[in-house]
Amino acid sequence: MPPESPPAAAPAPDASVPSPPLQPGLLELFLAFAKMSLAGFGGVLVWARRSIVEQHRWMTAEEFNETFALCHFLPGPNIVNLSVVFGSRFRGIAGGLAAFAGLVGPPMVIATVLAALYARYGDIDILRRTLAGVACAAVGLLFAVVLKMMMPLLKRRDVTGLAILSAVFVAIGLIRWPLQIVLLVAIPLSIATTVLARRMVKA
Amino acid sequence: MNSESSPIAALVWTFGLMSLFAVGGANSAIPEMHRAAVDVHHWLTDKQFADVFAISQLSPGPNVLIVTLIGYSVAGVGGALAATLAMCGPTALLAYYVSRFLDRSRDARWPAIIQAALVPLSIGLMAASGLIVAQTSDQSWIAVLITIVAAALAFATRTNPLWMLLAGALLGFAGVV
Repeated sequence: MPPESPPAAAPAPDASVPSPPLQPGLLELFLAFAKMSLAGFGGVLVWARRSIVEQHRWMTAEEFNETFALCHFLPGPNIVNLSVVFGSRFRGIAGGLAAFAGLVGPPMVIATVLAALYARYGDIDILRRTLAGVACAAVGLLFAVVLKMMMPLLKRRDVTGLAILSAVFVAIGLIRWPLQIVLLVAIPLSIATTVLARRMVKA
Repeated sequence: MNSESSPIAALVWTFGLMSLFAVGGANSAIPEMHRAAVDVHHWLTDKQFADVFAISQLSPGPNVLIVTLIGYSVAGVGGALAATLAMCGPTALLAYYVSRFLDRSRDARWPAIIQAALVPLSIGLMAASGLIVAQTSDQSWIAVLITIVAAALAFATRTNPLWMLLAGALLGFAGVV
């Protein structure tokens, strides 16, 4: 270790720990996030977890869960938030940018090429039919995620949670109210009922 | 150029604002994307929106890349770049500052409460996303059946989702849908 390096935030390497926390460099961050992003069809989270926790051991499973929970409760694309928070934890703003560029850059090039192909050939009947088939399956996958996420609420018989879920579904999906207006009502309401429910459990 | 700066400005404004309201990730924001792109700005038709959703699910990378595709169809490569950065930038900045703030106050209890409160909201939003894309893509009873089978398989088994997308592509190619 060079003498001027600051003391590590994690506990000093210790015989019982198999490998000390590693400090990725900027290029390493970029490449790692590019790899997990390009591997991630239909979602990058699984690959991010595998890469960060299991392969590189940049974080423990608990640290990863905590970081992801934070990125999930903030708005926006979760995995994008995760890349920025993760990268900046190691290398400051430059690290956040490197991880972000790796995650979004290469797939964005691919998506742009696909969009250009679609703009050029999208009217061809056989391509339209193929994409229609993909869309049907993709919607099914989306519903499966919804069901999986609903299971804990159903098991807990979380009536208020399910009521809020249904209300949001009706307001956005059926009535098509604008997202901002619905959320400005639903978020405070949901926070209030959550706080109340927790107080009642404690009492 | 003036004729190009205006659609790009509309993209940046639309997705920049949407990014801050996309509770639960990009798939939760699909109803709002559909409203903005199809109903408000008339950038895409219903059919094109379903196609763009399909392409975004077929390509690697985060789901948020659906905005790249919408941006491209509005204003080419510049539009793709502008829409993507607008959708990712504001919330990434917010995540950066919030994570730094939380690192200093580690045992704050409110993040857990807010998170628990947001879970039902984001599930409701994703269910609405499913409904809206289903309405634009499931035009026949076979299409509905494919959606149901894919949902059941993905819910009950650990099959790689890519196989179901490919199966959907083959059925569509064969003219079944």
